[in-house]
Amino acid sequence: MTTRFFVPRDAAARAVGADKVATALQEEAQRRGIEIEIVRTGSRGLFWLEPMVEVETPGGRIAFGPVRPRDVPGLLVVGIPIDANDPLCLGRPDDIPFLKRQTRLTFARCGVVDPLLLADWRAHGGGRGLERARSLGPAKTLEEVTRSGLRGRGGAGFPTGLKWQTVADASADRKYIVCNADEGDSGTYADRMLLEGDPFALIEGMMIAGLAVGATKGFVYIRSEYPDAVRTFEHAVLLAEAGGLLGTGTGFDIEVRVGAGAYVCGEETALLESIEGKRGQVRAKPPLPAHKGLFGQPTVVNNLVSLATVPWILAEGAESYAAFGMGRSRGTMPIQLAGNVRHGGLFETAFGVTLGELVDEIGGGTRTGRPVRAVQVGGPLGAYFPRALFDTAFDYEAFTARDGLIGHGGVVVFDDTVDMAHQARFAMDFCALESCGKCTPCRIGSTRGVETIDKIIRGERSATNLELVEDLCQTMKFGSLCALGGFTSYPVMSAIRHFPEDFDRPPVSAAAE
Amino acid sequence: MSLRWDEAEATEIVRRHEGREGPLLPILHELQAAFGSVPEPAISFLAAALNITRAEVHGVVSFYHDFRREPAGRHVLKLCRAEACQSMDGEAFARRVLDRFNLDWGGTTPDGSVTVEPVYCLGLCASAPSAMLDGEPMARLNSESIDEIAREVSR
Ligand SMILES: Cc1cc2nc3c(=O)[nH]c(=O)nc-3n(C[C@H](O)[C@H](O)[C@H](O)COP(=O)(O)O)c2cc1C
Ligand code: SF4
Repeated sequence: MTTRFFVPRDAAARAVGADKVATALQEEAQRRGIEIEIVRTGSRGLFWLEPMVEVETPGGRIAFGPVRPRDVPGLLVVGIPIDANDPLCLGRPDDIPFLKRQTRLTFARCGVVDPLLLADWRAHGGGRGLERARSLGPAKTLEEVTRSGLRGRGGAGFPTGLKWQTVADASADRKYIVCNADEGDSGTYADRMLLEGDPFALIEGMMIAGLAVGATKGFVYIRSEYPDAVRTFEHAVLLAEAGGLLGTGTGFDIEVRVGAGAYVCGEETALLESIEGKRGQVRAKPPLPAHKGLFGQPTVVNNLVSLATVPWILAEGAESYAAFGMGRSRGTMPIQLAGNVRHGGLFETAFGVTLGELVDEIGGGTRTGRPVRAVQVGGPLGAYFPRALFDTAFDYEAFTARDGLIGHGGVVVFDDTVDMAHQARFAMDFCALESCGKCTPCRIGSTRGVETIDKIIRGERSATNLELVEDLCQTMKFGSLCALGGFTSYPVMSAIRHFPEDFDRPPVSAAAE
Repeated sequence: MSLRWDEAEATEIVRRHEGREGPLLPILHELQAAFGSVPEPAISFLAAALNITRAEVHGVVSFYHDFRREPAGRHVLKLCRAEACQSMDGEAFARRVLDRFNLDWGGTTPDGSVTVEPVYCLGLCASAPSAMLDGEPMARLNSESIDEIAREVSR
């Protein structure tokens, strides 16, 4: 009898040796004449356990991890039959506390199925959302999305149904669905995981969007820093076309575009410029992309997670989705625990979990074992939170109320060795490096910000220079066209406000004495 | 990869993208894959082929961090410098790598074996610090990884 093994092909699993483990499994099995089949899945998102290998048993899958190539011979012994006493044995994946506590809707198939097997996707509920959308028709499909309460997962949290409605109402002979898979925020990898672990979910979501608003063409803009994701998704598009799901006869085409290393191209209008073959400069709004977007046509621009969540909403119904969450944040959010955290990984859960629960309980504190000092939520434009604010609930409004944002759901943990003045400096530096150059406050102000924080770090007239930084932040906040210049004040000001001791420095010469 | 500008090959690349909406970025990516960079002659060539101005082509090439004007070394190592890697002392790791090759950011070793560049996030943020060597992801990097990288690039 052939035993099936599951080894992730996710880039983060490959980065720690998943390919070598797969090869070792194959070779060892051959050497010993054991018949096995290796299925390369996406990742379950428990990255501290990668490479995590699963074995199919009569009682379901059993996980082992983190597996090194040299553990493989033992794995084949304990693998068949399972020895639960093996130190690497994690038991049933769904019983691992980190997974057990989650509510996986958008990520239900990720790490479970073969991402490049349509039959596997279908067997796990794939396609049911599109089927239901087709039977409902455009208006009712759109209504489902609106009633689900889904808001954009790319950062701004704009209601997805409302955006779609605007495009549906626009009259034009050509409309587009654009998927934003630029995922530039440090600490985030949800888009990447889905592209590599459940690409058909995105295809299905985009087709539902196309049906709802009357668009026949979709673009997926993937950052060039994700070569694995580009490869897997391009392959999935070909398979979907060959399988009759997409392309000829289905009324919808998808084209993949690869970015070229510009963070600002994640901003929706810069992204559209980039697809058009121009510099990634931000456009002034209005007009909204929903009215005049790609090539001047009405365009839906949505984050990948927003689009990939739509199939679940259509399949299970708007009410089922809206039943999760708190306040105006409905449904689930794939939160990404990153940086200096013991249990780093993807944690999909209903809105409302607190930052403290996420970092201390679920994340298990820092990887270095030192105390947690600061947590940056929402990428490079997100605020730094001190422990004192760990009661903040994961919810769009709750974070706004504390001068922060949840962004794309990235949570980067820092221990007590972090120097918050350096982090503030980095935020300004990043803005200077990635500015599209259109607004003076963003382009020039950020460079001035770096210089001024450098002075503070050297202990030069701290009080005066701190005031200057605050002024710069104000100018950037109100004089910038987009959130790159506008929100750089979040990391900078939160660092100053919550960690003032790091900005009160003795002059360098004095310190050296 | 020939590295020498070849107009016939460039013409063939442009032809493959005929009829595409907004073909410039995909063409630039392919040219760079073929020639190792977007060399000077490519600018006028693309302007003529796509019926846009040289300034427009130049503006696009210079805007994006990915496009090179000179070919890189035989291996390209991208080290992540974004926040998640910072939190795991990625900066110190990067410094050690640069020192090992005696390079500064963006530099290429005299023997042309490796170019080391910064990258801002590879999406491997739960396994920091991370890097990418010739497009292959690497994570949870430590001292041993530096030796491993050095072995790889000396090939
Ligand atoms: C500088 C900047 C970078 C951004 N990067 C991304 C990104 O990488 N991915 C993304 O989905 N949205 C990003 N956004 C937000 C987009 O502009 C836009 O709001 C989003 O794609 C809309 O999709 P959603 O409504 O589904 O969230 C960025 C915004 C700014 C200002
Ligand atoms: S704020 Fe900065 S990135 Fe945004 S449009 Fe202005 S210059 Fe460009």
